[in-house]
Amino acid sequence: MKNALDDNRPIFLQIKEQIEDSIINDSVKAGERVPSTNEFAAYYKINPATAAKGINELVAEEILFKRRGVGMFVTENAKEILIEKRKKTFYENFIQPLKEEAKKLRINSEELIEMMKREENEE
Amino acid sequence: MKIEVKELSKKYRDKNALHQISFTLDEPKIYGLLGRNGAGKTTFMEILSGQILASSGEVLINGENPFDNQKLTQSICLIKEGQNFKKDLKVKHVLKIYSYFYPKWDEELAQELIREYNLNLHAKVKTLSKGMESALGIIVGLASKAPITVFDEPYIGLDAAARKKFYEILLEEYEAEKRTIIFSTHLIDEVSLLFEEVLIFQEGSLVLKEEAELLRNNTYAVSGTIEEVEAFIQDKEVIQKKQLAGMMTAYVYGEKQEAKNQGLNVEGIPIQDLMIYLTDRKGA
Repeated sequence: MKNALDDNRPIFLQIKEQIEDSIINDSVKAGERVPSTNEFAAYYKINPATAAKGINELVAEEILFKRRGVGMFVTENAKEILIEKRKKTFYENFIQPLKEEAKKLRINSEELIEMMKREENEE
Repeated sequence: MKIEVKELSKKYRDKNALHQISFTLDEPKIYGLLGRNGAGKTTFMEILSGQILASSGEVLINGENPFDNQKLTQSICLIKEGQNFKKDLKVKHVLKIYSYFYPKWDEELAQELIREYNLNLHAKVKTLSKGMESALGIIVGLASKAPITVFDEPYIGLDAAARKKFYEILLEEYEAEKRTIIFSTHLIDEVSLLFEEVLIFQEGSLVLKEEAELLRNNTYAVSGTIEEVEAFIQDKEVIQKKQLAGMMTAYVYGEKQEAKNQGLNVEGIPIQDLMIYLTDRKGA
């Protein structure tokens, strides 16, 4: 759980990402309940309609499902779906900025690859 | 309740407090009404609540004018930044009077909040501190359960913890039963996450009415060298720009992705800052 949300990015996205992160890092597992719209609204003091939007998108993407009167739960395949989804944006979110910074610092591709390997060896 | 504002104007002597404002609030939502001092927010809220008359144009609530219309005004509760209550009344009498006026009055909630804010029922309004008087206003506004509840800078003198409590209870009440809440404040960064829609007034005009989430998504600050940024913003709607030491930041409406693709530095803009940039714009 983050302590506070940023006012300069859509709130529903931040709610969505938080749930996604909790699923990816196994803090909520398949079949387990996630906080409700009202719980998110109360915790972060945000408009409930906004929290609902984030949760509803996850339902549409089959990450969550609704049990009437009980709450929202993580689907069986949620983690796999999310990992696939994150892989698709991995290049633009992580590799691209890395390459841009490297270019500014005149680090060429070979050196970059060398650095990645070094990191692995140290682990 | 549906609120329609049609070419609403209010003149005080030779000053236009409101100038031909038009918009509609269709649904029960939490609306943030923002603007600098003297933008016309309070005037608008007073006309909406049926407390003063417009100079021209009209506000219609479910098709009717609220002025001198008790059937309507019992559905509207306006809490102002001060002088909401007669000085000689005791707190318990204030609650009694409002409970008669508002058909949906929630006495249980009122009593709970009196305890929460540590108010003395037997104290007279004039003996209350500024913060206590504000707390009483908040209690009345929440307990009125009025389908249109308007808070105009309701918490002068309330400390941060008491304000936080207010936001919590406001949300709880709103979740339990949707109602139109119009919230005007200068402490925007504290409450902007509560707003579903934002209205910004400037010098008597409406300069912006937009869903809060769309604002967060569709406005951004783009930074880079002056040449880069100038080239990028040529065909964009620019709210404001500033420069320092060969670098420039421009505040822009539109899709962030285009700026990111060009390798420019892109950041979102908090609603508080957006309000400032928007209302700073000369000749807007």
